Amino acid sequence: MNNTVIKAENLAKAYQLGEFSTGTLSRDIERWWALMRGKEDPFLKIGEANDRTSKGGSDIVWSLRDINFEIDQGDSIGIIGRNGAGKSTLLKVLSRVTTPTAGGVKIKGRIASLLEVGTGFHPELTGRENIFLNGAILGMRKAEIRKHFDAIVDFAGIERYIDTPVKRYSSGMYVRLAFAVAAHLESEILIVDEVLAVGDAEFQRKCLGKMSDVSTKDGRTVLFVSHNMQSISTLTNNCIYLKQGLLVDKGPTEQIISTYLNDGANIGGQYVDSPIGDEPKIVKMELITSEPGNTHVNGAELKIIIDIYCPRPLKGAGIALEAVNIYDQKIMNLWNFDSEIPMCRKSGITRMVCTIPTIRLYMGNYHFNVYLAEQTGAKMLQALEKVCAFEMVMLGTHRDYQWQEGSCTYIEDFEWDVSE
Amino acid sequence: MELKNEAWDLEIKPQDTVFDLHLKDVWNYRDLLWLLVRRDFVSFYKQTIFGPLWFFIQPIFTTIIFTFIFSRMAGISTNGAPAPIFYMAGNVAWSYFSDGLNKTSTVFRDNVSIFGKVYFPRLIMPLSIIFSNLVKFGVQFILFIILMAYYLFKGENVHPNMYVLLFPVVMFLMAILSLGLGLIITALTTKYRDLVFLVTFGVQLLMYATPVIYPLSAASAKYRLLIICNPLSGLIETFRYGFLGAGQFYPYAFAYSTVASFVIFLIGLVIFNKVEKNFVDTI
Repeated sequence: MNNTVIKAENLAKAYQLGEFSTGTLSRDIERWWALMRGKEDPFLKIGEANDRTSKGGSDIVWSLRDINFEIDQGDSIGIIGRNGAGKSTLLKVLSRVTTPTAGGVKIKGRIASLLEVGTGFHPELTGRENIFLNGAILGMRKAEIRKHFDAIVDFAGIERYIDTPVKRYSSGMYVRLAFAVAAHLESEILIVDEVLAVGDAEFQRKCLGKMSDVSTKDGRTVLFVSHNMQSISTLTNNCIYLKQGLLVDKGPTEQIISTYLNDGANIGGQYVDSPIGDEPKIVKMELITSEPGNTHVNGAELKIIIDIYCPRPLKGAGIALEAVNIYDQKIMNLWNFDSEIPMCRKSGITRMVCTIPTIRLYMGNYHFNVYLAEQTGAKMLQALEKVCAFEMVMLGTHRDYQWQEGSCTYIEDFEWDVSE
Repeated sequence: MELKNEAWDLEIKPQDTVFDLHLKDVWNYRDLLWLLVRRDFVSFYKQTIFGPLWFFIQPIFTTIIFTFIFSRMAGISTNGAPAPIFYMAGNVAWSYFSDGLNKTSTVFRDNVSIFGKVYFPRLIMPLSIIFSNLVKFGVQFILFIILMAYYLFKGENVHPNMYVLLFPVVMFLMAILSLGLGLIITALTTKYRDLVFLVTFGVQLLMYATPVIYPLSAASAKYRLLIICNPLSGLIETFRYGFLGAGQFYPYAFAYSTVASFVIFLIGLVIFNKVEKNFVDTI
């Protein structure tokens, strides 16, 4: 028995860089002339990596190269990779928005893609009219939409506004309605880009729940792109890792995420400055996280190493670190004053290491604000904002009801005593 | 569940054959076509007081102005038909064609946000424009019939004849002609924006090369051949002759228009089909 529903073979996609204006016509003629004589396209040279940081020799970049994979029915696949790795291009090719330059994909069953919520919504039309229009754009027949109509309205929770033009909707209602339509597609394969980043936490939870239902209960195949490792690990069982247009690795989600994070282990999260000048300052700040790539598992030990450059001895020095979440809320405070543990009493470089035995911040992205002061806080020497970004994850901390984004800010240690 | 290994429903490949037009796909999405036509119609008059009545305003005013300028001031012949009905016939038919052309010629640009996010047979969009136009034409046509009935009742020089039976054919040919031209232009504008500027005033100029404000018989022999080269001429003349009995039926011009419309339509389909696959990368 063969259950492969998507099979990509040597898939490749090239894009042309730069402007398409003057020269387009002459280049087209040149290309046409080359093809007429049976030669290959003079403007398509195979083999240049899509590295946006280095300038390449030709105007063509290969956004995808030699991609091969197979996806089984009922699988939920995460596609991960950094910006520009080719994730969106892959989704575009799979959802037939654009065609590959070489190679191909074979697909069994209907495919529906959700690269954006609310594609084709018309602001003047009512919710009801837009459900039908959007459903049809996504490939549903009228009868199917009618069948799911009540479920869609119910899922979106906008019954009262169903006959109001969507331009009067709040942005949350708009997104809810749009996702509700897409969630009720009857296609065998569903492709979802990072569209869940919109909407409030409660709705996101509902969407994620719906999506995992789609793959586990309905036995449909889901492809999911996200930068959020937590949703990837919650929703998918297998992953494809893309890097600069190449498929680096594929396999079980946990393994691929770890490959991806290891690959990203670089000094990006460090703060470094040179130890020169007349004023005391922080010259290095580094996090020792439990996982590579400044990713930290909830409950593991976190070490923070700070080097302070002191051209002169400080009196009453003090340091404070605030962990700040993406909403700029201060979540955690760490500090030391000279009166507690003496610091920076000699000129030179002072190394301070802060150990948090079990950091319990909730999953999400954080960074540090750092303040260095002397005279017991009366004189501020330095304020660093948004340094040493890190991500908290909860890999391996399984619960029957999965963790959801934004549920809380931290998790305390606790014990239950239950008697019956 | 037993699935045969090679029973693939869909293959995504770099280039299909040029003549594979995916017409079956278009048929599968026919519901979308109707919903888009409905959208165009409904969104047109939402938040307006007169609603669909606005469809009447344009032909009424154009007819009044044309009658005043071309008939009263310039004294151009109307082949004996009352001037207002002569101009309304020309104008209603012309705007059916020109609106279709104008809107389909920007279909890629106007819908890039949708086309870039979701797949459906792209041809649905220009088709829906043509059908929306047909709705608009239908409304304006009622106005035309009312005016014609008025002149018939008054016993003026209006003589519908059996060529009126060609009316559906004329409408169909005008539809595929405007669609074909629009598809060619929109396909080319994805790369060469220059055409956008050309189309906006080119369509205006084309009206003067079409017997809209004058009958073909009024054109001097020198220019007549040139005007007949315009495939629209035969169509609009036939339309007007059938309803008004003004002028005459030109069988050769009509035959030429028919062939030209089909040829342009097919060229348009093929070019559009070739461009639609990758246009999101270039636009």
